[in-house]
Amino acid sequence: MSEAEKPGGTGGGTPPVQEWPLWEVFIRSKQGLDHKHCGSLHATDAKQAIQMARDVYTRRNEGVSIWVVPSAAITASDPGDRESFVDPMADKIFRHPTFYDLPDELKHM
Amino acid sequence: MYTQSMDTQSAEGQPGKADGAGPEEQRFQATVDAEGKIEPRDWMPEAYRKTLLRQISQHAHSEIIGMLPEGNWISRAPSLKRKAILIAKVQDEAGHGLYLYSAAETLGQSRDQMMDALHTGRAKYSSIFNYPTLTWADVGAIGWLVDGAAIMNQIPLCRCSYGPYARAMIRVCKEESFHQRQGFDIMLSLCKGTAEQKAMAQDALERWWWPVLAMFGPPDAASVHSSQSARWKIKRVSNDELRQKFVDATVPQAELLGLEVPDDKLEWNAQRGHYDYGDIDWDDFWRVVNGEGPCNKERLAARVKAYDDGQWVRDAAMAYAEKQKAKRHKEVA
Repeated sequence: MSEAEKPGGTGGGTPPVQEWPLWEVFIRSKQGLDHKHCGSLHATDAKQAIQMARDVYTRRNEGVSIWVVPSAAITASDPGDRESFVDPMADKIFRHPTFYDLPDELKHM
Repeated sequence: MYTQSMDTQSAEGQPGKADGAGPEEQRFQATVDAEGKIEPRDWMPEAYRKTLLRQISQHAHSEIIGMLPEGNWISRAPSLKRKAILIAKVQDEAGHGLYLYSAAETLGQSRDQMMDALHTGRAKYSSIFNYPTLTWADVGAIGWLVDGAAIMNQIPLCRCSYGPYARAMIRVCKEESFHQRQGFDIMLSLCKGTAEQKAMAQDALERWWWPVLAMFGPPDAASVHSSQSARWKIKRVSNDELRQKFVDATVPQAELLGLEVPDDKLEWNAQRGHYDYGDIDWDDFWRVVNGEGPCNKERLAARVKAYDDGQWVRDAAMAYAEKQKAKRHKEVA
């Protein structure tokens, strides 16, 4: 939903005249948990975006805290590079504790 | 609330051919076949993008137009409790529209473009909202039947191959259950009331039953795009299967209310394990889809008027935001 996620081409047709900017909404569902991306909306400024996010995304106590970020401010990794980007991490299996064979006598480690 | 099957319009793109598909398309189809998700910036066939864009935006339009028949009754709800519930429901529909527009925007069309398509009649919305809400019982019937049908339709969409649409549908489905129950609750109160109130409920059921069955879209035999949509895992359950599921679930609910479903041919078929039901008037369905329903013109006119009347608010909010921004820049300088 973010600007960063948008595909390169547009759907064609007339460009928007003066569309309100797009914002990404992040909600903390309860104290102690991370804010999590939950959607996006159009608003004129940050204050309005927060108010709208409250009305749209937290009508049923879904959150105790809201972040809004202009979608245009997000930089995303390139999905085309996904394989080469993630691959170097996949072959280092010794990073996982399950890589190591331990003697059965060892009870806790 | 939900839009009917999207097979009512011809696809803008041609379905991708299995033979001679390039490596990108093969990878795409492999991901879909493996129940993986396609995200906005992933490669996708142009026809997949167009099909989704059409379906999601029509779904969004249906949520927004769907606010009109019920909105009519907010000021006339029979009690403060019912009024508060109805306002909450209509507000939910606005939210559903927003989740869906956001999902559609990831496919590369702006909100303004979608609004324009709706307002100029290029885009369709569910034909069900072109029927009038004549009495308070209609508000009950819409929640019980229309939202009930929506749930049948939307649950498989939570597993749609396109990530943003699937995520929006999960959110919508969580809220939809309240809509159906509040509608059934209205019907239940009417059926427990005076003979006149019960007759009102019966009348509403009679008027909404057939349009709701038609809402699932044309019979499978007449559906043009189902197989491609199924291959792409956009549409997972056929129109007729969903319709049957709805009839099977709803008939016992009508019995519980003590209401009679307006279908002489409705009968439990023990052999099939399903209810048999009568023929749907598809001519009426197509008339309504093609603009000749009882309220087509009224709905679109109300929507366009609301948008035009709100233009100064949108302009003023934008002007205010720009002024504030300029002021902050000046303070910094």
